Amino acid sequence: MNQFIQQLINGLSLGSIYALIALGYTMVYGVLRFINFAHGDVFMVGAYVGFYAGRWMNDRFHAGPSIPLAVAVLAISMIVCAILGIVIERLAYAPLRNQPRLTVLITAIGVSLFLEYGGQQLFGAGPDNFPQLLPNYAVLNTAAFTITTNQLIVLSVTVALLIALTFVVLKTKIGTAMRALSFNPTAASLMGINNNVVISFTFGLGSALAAAAGILWAVNYPSINPLMGLLPGVKAFVAAVLGGIGNIPGAALGGLILGVTETLVVGYSDKLHIPPSYRDAVAFVVLIVILLFKPSGLLGKSGSEKV
Amino acid sequence: MQFGGLTALSDLSLQIGPNDLVGLIGPNGAGKTTVFNIITGIYEPTSGSINLAGESIIGRKASGIAARGIARTFQNIRLFSSLTVYDNVRAAFTMRLKHGIAHALWRGRPFKKEEAQINQQVFDILQIFHLENLRKTPCKGLSYGDQRRLEIVRALATQPKLLLLDEPAAGMNPREKEQLMELIQFVKEKFQIAVLLVEHDMKVVMGICGRVAVLDYGVKIAEGTPAEVQKNPKVVEAYLGEEPPKV
Amino acid sequence: MKFASGKLYLLIAAVISFAISCWVPMDQYVREIILTIGINIILAVSLNLVNGYTGQFSLGHAGFMAIGAYFSAAITTFWAPQWLGASVDLSSGLAATLVFFGALLAGALLAAVAGLVIGIPSLRLRGDYLAIATLGFGEIIRVIIQNTDAIGGSRGFTVSNGYTNFFWTYLFAAITIYVVVNLVNSAYGRGFLAVRDDEVAAEAIGVNTTKYKVIAFVLAAFFAGIAGGLYSHFKQYLHPDGFSFLKSIEVVVMVILGGMGSTGGVIAAAVFLSLLPEALRFIPQKYEEWFGIPLPHLIDEILKNRMLIYSLLLIILMLTRPQGIFGGLRRPAFLTSKKTSAPNAIPS
Repeated sequence: MNQFIQQLINGLSLGSIYALIALGYTMVYGVLRFINFAHGDVFMVGAYVGFYAGRWMNDRFHAGPSIPLAVAVLAISMIVCAILGIVIERLAYAPLRNQPRLTVLITAIGVSLFLEYGGQQLFGAGPDNFPQLLPNYAVLNTAAFTITTNQLIVLSVTVALLIALTFVVLKTKIGTAMRALSFNPTAASLMGINNNVVISFTFGLGSALAAAAGILWAVNYPSINPLMGLLPGVKAFVAAVLGGIGNIPGAALGGLILGVTETLVVGYSDKLHIPPSYRDAVAFVVLIVILLFKPSGLLGKSGSEKV
Repeated sequence: MQFGGLTALSDLSLQIGPNDLVGLIGPNGAGKTTVFNIITGIYEPTSGSINLAGESIIGRKASGIAARGIARTFQNIRLFSSLTVYDNVRAAFTMRLKHGIAHALWRGRPFKKEEAQINQQVFDILQIFHLENLRKTPCKGLSYGDQRRLEIVRALATQPKLLLLDEPAAGMNPREKEQLMELIQFVKEKFQIAVLLVEHDMKVVMGICGRVAVLDYGVKIAEGTPAEVQKNPKVVEAYLGEEPPKV
Repeated sequence: MKFASGKLYLLIAAVISFAISCWVPMDQYVREIILTIGINIILAVSLNLVNGYTGQFSLGHAGFMAIGAYFSAAITTFWAPQWLGASVDLSSGLAATLVFFGALLAGALLAAVAGLVIGIPSLRLRGDYLAIATLGFGEIIRVIIQNTDAIGGSRGFTVSNGYTNFFWTYLFAAITIYVVVNLVNSAYGRGFLAVRDDEVAAEAIGVNTTKYKVIAFVLAAFFAGIAGGLYSHFKQYLHPDGFSFLKSIEVVVMVILGGMGSTGGVIAAAVFLSLLPEALRFIPQKYEEWFGIPLPHLIDEILKNRMLIYSLLLIILMLTRPQGIFGGLRRPAFLTSKKTSAPNAIPS
């Protein structure tokens, strides 16, 4: 039982990061019915922006691990990635809006590879050491489990962003426009919504969340490299599908479930007779199971094609 | 037939004989295409029964139902857009092939014989409908009317016992509709099949159908000869706000 | 394409490749490239059957290649020597040939079985979901291999015999092409295209779409397994990282570049993309020769970054000509099948 609570905490921490990335996938899918393969790499770019920003601030202002540093790095990273997301959308996806979905899917793969290998070109192959943003110490240390400040930060930032996102989606005009678009783009534009603006906004929002996830990840696992977005990206996608792709609470739920499952499988690997090196396979197995038994996900509804 | 909370069809019972030409009409959203989709196996009905020549066809895959002799056309033309006229029709013969993969690879005499046979059959049926000169044209290059005709030809190439036509007159001008009416009657006579026709154009329906059934909100509200149905007050009411159906 | 007798062409191809293999001397470097081209042709043409002709977007081709590669390698490196004993010389000669051929087939069959197991559940999904599912399965295969120490796992697997040569590679390339082209260009084969164009309509004319998809998938997996077997006895070193999702993407790029649904185009694309890394390597050299100064370091670095070039190629291709170089082009008249002409005996 001791191990269980610790694993649970670790899992929730990991799952929060997956959730933040998954939100971007699900929002873009909801609005465009398109899987943005490149999303996981925006996560990576977020981490690197934070890396350079943090280093620069440490050099310039001798900031050292502190709250202002952390907040600044997070903000800069989220803003830069939001812009990146919008630029990618405008340049690579928007021109293909009337093409068969396969075309833009392939383009997304191209963008993903471009970010990864361009990143290798630009940042070097890594690994790079992410600067410490905040001091990390155990906040609660019992015999059964330990909670560190890093984990608390991940959880609290995630919750804060989720609340902000919920507010935006439910209470603002543009959030409502996003939801309208996800139901019926034609009707939405007839109602006076500028679809392009809303779509760009969605990409920007999702990318900002991915950037935040990148920073949170780097805070917990300071060794970063340009290919770091691959696995978390795919796993977050699985999380989005698990929760019901297109469904925002579903993405958050899916992320948490996946994070916990993955951590538990690794934590109990000896009891389960599954070597811990199979950790990455967990997400794929979950994916296959979901696609076979309930492709619409936990919170999604199944749609049928009108004949 | 229920979709989630929505009941699309709740009370419909229809008998179609071997050489009948039955029309199915009703206001938009009455459930007519749903009827087609259920019969052809695209949806599985949540209740009720469907029998073809005495055998139930519920639960069968759509391709299985086609193999049993029910063919259809679609409201929005569904041709194989990358294929020529010829290939669109040839595709309809795949289900009756006696020689499959192994033969396609070995290409011995039985294969060549069957291919030639199919070639002949495709040419023949195209010729009946005067499409044989267009056979090498990509079907995208055909006029709308010709595309509709091709879709019907393709359906007929499956040698069905029952042909379902989903709003074949949509988008046609009066002269084309005349030709369509002749075409449908020709098809019924020459191929000796039953036809179930969903159509909005009353002239077409009343002109060729032996019997007409009227559907409204998923319920059959009338059935009879065109003349009887036209006079039925329930039918007039269903079309309330529109001109009562007249020839 | 019309073959007067396709089997004749196949025989000719087999004879010619055998002759070349025995009597045409080949520089090591050239040989490497030519064999790589042949293997890529097999991969691309087989994937084209699924992605191009049947319209199902599979991203897991590398997984089947891996199965073929590892299983055939295990046979030739571990089991054959064990079963046949030390007295049988397996480095060359009849025994070696038989063992190699058997191992290739075994690897391909196992890959085909995997294709069946993976295909039946996955092919129920449409579009993006299918892509992700096949990607997932491909990665599961890779992770399993990585965790299986018996075949080297993440340390890699060294294959004892480099059996692959021009003959085997191009024999199987010819066979792959023969199978795919003849299959698709028959009345039976129209079913694949029908599934691609409109599944609902295909079902309505009696085409069992699931059956066709699975058949395409399994056949493609079989040939990917062959390609894998050829690969493992060519490079003689296997590592699970070489069979990741990125490898699948490389093959997908060939299929897209060539125009999905055009075997000729896909072959051309496979050749082109196999030669591309070499060409890219030449450019800095030639540049220096012609202009006297070396290329700016950055450009040189970029050219060496093959995946970066690929990604740009993909993006630009999708934005400008998504149907690929050869997709959508009309077939030249001399290749048009005689079958569509009016038959000789026309009854009235």
